[in-house]
Parts: sequence; C-alpha cells; structure tokens
Amino acid sequence: MKVTFYGTRGSLATPGRATERYGGNTSCVLVRGEDGSALVLDAGTGIRAAGADLPRDLRRVDILLTHLHMDHIQGLGFFGPLYNPRVEVHLWGPASATAALDARLSRYLSPPLFPVLLRDLPCRLHLHHVPCGEIKIGPFTIVAQSVCHPGPTVGYRLADGRAVLTYIPDHEPALGARHFPEDPEWTSGWELARDADLLVHDAQYTREEYPSHLGWGHSSLHDALAFGALARVRRLVFFHHDPARDDHAVSAAAEAAVVDARPAFSAMPAAEGESFDLPAGP
Amino acid sequence: MAQHAVELILTRQLASCLSVPIVLFGPTGDVLFYNEPAEALLGMRFQETGPLTLVESDRRVRLTDERGAEIPRAARPSAIALGQQRPAHSQMWMTAADGTRRAVEVTAFPLLAEAGGLLGAAVMFWERDGR
Ligand SMILES: [Zn+2]
Ligand SMILES: [Zn+2]
Repeated sequence: MKVTFYGTRGSLATPGRATERYGGNTSCVLVRGEDGSALVLDAGTGIRAAGADLPRDLRRVDILLTHLHMDHIQGLGFFGPLYNPRVEVHLWGPASATAALDARLSRYLSPPLFPVLLRDLPCRLHLHHVPCGEIKIGPFTIVAQSVCHPGPTVGYRLADGRAVLTYIPDHEPALGARHFPEDPEWTSGWELARDADLLVHDAQYTREEYPSHLGWGHSSLHDALAFGALARVRRLVFFHHDPARDDHAVSAAAEAAVVDARPAFSAMPAAEGESFDLPAGP
Repeated sequence: MAQHAVELILTRQLASCLSVPIVLFGPTGDVLFYNEPAEALLGMRFQETGPLTLVESDRRVRLTDERGAEIPRAARPSAIALGQQRPAHSQMWMTAADGTRRAVEVTAFPLLAEAGGLLGAAVMFWERDGR
C-alpha cells in the first residue's frame, strides 16, 4: 500500500511559509491499495487536494472518519468525488449514543454552515457506522476501535496482507495512567497498533506542554514514542502537529523527544506531500 | 491477550484516581480490577491476585445478610447491573479475604457502550456506619 499525507496539522489549518515543510492542512491521509482502491483517512482541509489527485475513472472511494471534530471533517464538502454521480462514496464514522452518523454530519453539512445538504450530494453516498467488526475493502482488512479522546472516536488498523498501517490521529492513552504505559491490555489503542509497520499517531504536545492540557485528548511526543514501543511498531510518524508550532519547532520538538527516548524504531514528523510505501523496501 | 474496551480502561483509570472503593466487573461477572481503597475492604491486593473469575472471587469474599445467610448471586447489585442492565443498590455483610466481617453498602451500575453493548459493571461500596 502507498500512504500519502495531505494534512498533518491538528486543531486548526495553519497555512503560510512558516509551516510549508510539514504542512498547514488538517488531518487527511490517502491510502492506495495495489489494486487501485482508494481509502481516505479523515476529511480535514487536506482532503480537497487528495480528491483532486485521484484518477478520474475511479468508481469507488472510502472515507474513514475517526471522529467528527471540526479539524477532521472541515474539508469534506470540498472533496471532488462527492459531486460525481458516477462515483460510489462510502463514508465510515462513529455515531453517538443519541444520533446517527448522518444526523451528526448534517450539523455541519447544512446551511448556514455549508450550502449543500448531505442528501443532495450527486455521488452515490453510503454511510456506515464504526466500530462494526472487520471491514473488507479491496485488498484491505480494516478494524476500527474506540480510543481515548473526547466524544465518540475511533482509530483504524488497515492490513493488506503484506503490511499494517495504524492511524490514531487524536489519542490520549496516557490519561489517568499512573505510569504510562503500563499493561498493554489496559492501554487504549494497543490492539490497533500492535506490531504495525507504520503507526501514525497524535503527538500534539511536548512533554512540558502536556500537563497543562491533560484531558484535552492528545498525546505528548514522549507518550507517542512510549505507546509505539509498547505496541512494538516498526515506524512511528508524529501527527496532529500543534498549530502554534512552525516547521523549525516541529523538527526541534521531534528531535529532542527522539534523542531523549531513543526508540528502537524510526520516528519522524509527518510532512504534507510525503509518502510511504508499505512494506518498506529492503 | 486482548485489549479491553476503552470504556473499561477509562473506568479503571478513574477508579485508580478515586478514594471510593471500586470493583470493575467484566460482562460475565469476572472481576477485572479493584482499586486500592477496595483492597483495604476486600482484604486482598490486586497486584497479588490479578483479575479473578466469578468462582474465584466468590471463594475469597463472602456476601451475606445480617444472619450470615449467603446472598444469592442474582440478588447482588453487580449481578443486577449486569443481568438487568440497570443500577442497583443494597446493604449486606461482607467477609473479606482476610476474614474481617463488615457491614457494607453497595451500589452498582452497568457499563453500556455507545452502541448499547454491555461491557461490564462498576461497583462501589462503603463500610456502613454504626457497625
Ligand atoms: Zn484533531
Ligand atoms: Zn479531536
């Protein structure tokens, strides 16, 4: 599979020259299978460009939403395939205890916030609730599981028989833990990330910033590294960069955390426009 | 080894931060966790026992009425929370694993996931005044 980052920023889009290396668009990752299947992880502002890069003759695309915070759905209405009647779009995301996915999404995709209603989109739209057991799409077997973040939120594990990608962009597994990480059995997201070839994980804060943001639903770079080590991943990509951090600060924070934690795997910040081929070549 | 649902993980984390004695049950009645304040009343330590099956926990801790008669499983708050998926409260006597007998008050509530599935139950208990 090929994994490409179209949006790596957390919370708020942060365009400008100071963020051009790691990117200013909010969460969106495109995953292409060997058979051409297209999966889009989250619909942050990065999804507009992801849609524009898809081949015109594509007949099906699946959008996997982790949750419905604004930075993960803001780009949805600007995803080109939604306006193509020949495309089947499958939208996967969590319901809440009292509202279905379409009702929850319609709060944003309706006037006055957005001019087009979900039901008026020209594509053939199918909505699915997650978590729902194993999902099969092309060569992919996908598992969604609830993770620790305010409101209904899932992470995804995508396996194509050759490699595993785990995507948990908004995640605070250290919340309430006395010594993080402890037992894998009692660690949010562990099963999703276990032995992954590539883990894309929340790393919004530095270790110094985290205590004043406890319970906000995000991780420090150090906790992301500790979580990756517990799950024995092969590679970790720091994701959901804080909007207050420019390129220089993103590099510096990542470098400092890696020097300090010395992980047994490689770890680097996600950069918009960068791709990973999985499994990694020799 | 499988990972527990995030709702159970969060309940355990909450229990670990509170001074209220709390026991966390899985959907079939096994004890998944109890916190430090509960250890004091149950007369055993989680670090030593780990999770307990239904049978094992019954063997260690006895729940009786004031005359010493065993409280049937179906009448216990934990079983009501799990079986009928509603909160339950009652008073009883508890003989801890170390043999200490105490009058306790027990409140249980079911842990139901967003989609409605039963994940377990949280049980809090207190030693009653005027013992
Ligand atoms: Zn976010
Ligand atoms: Zn979020």
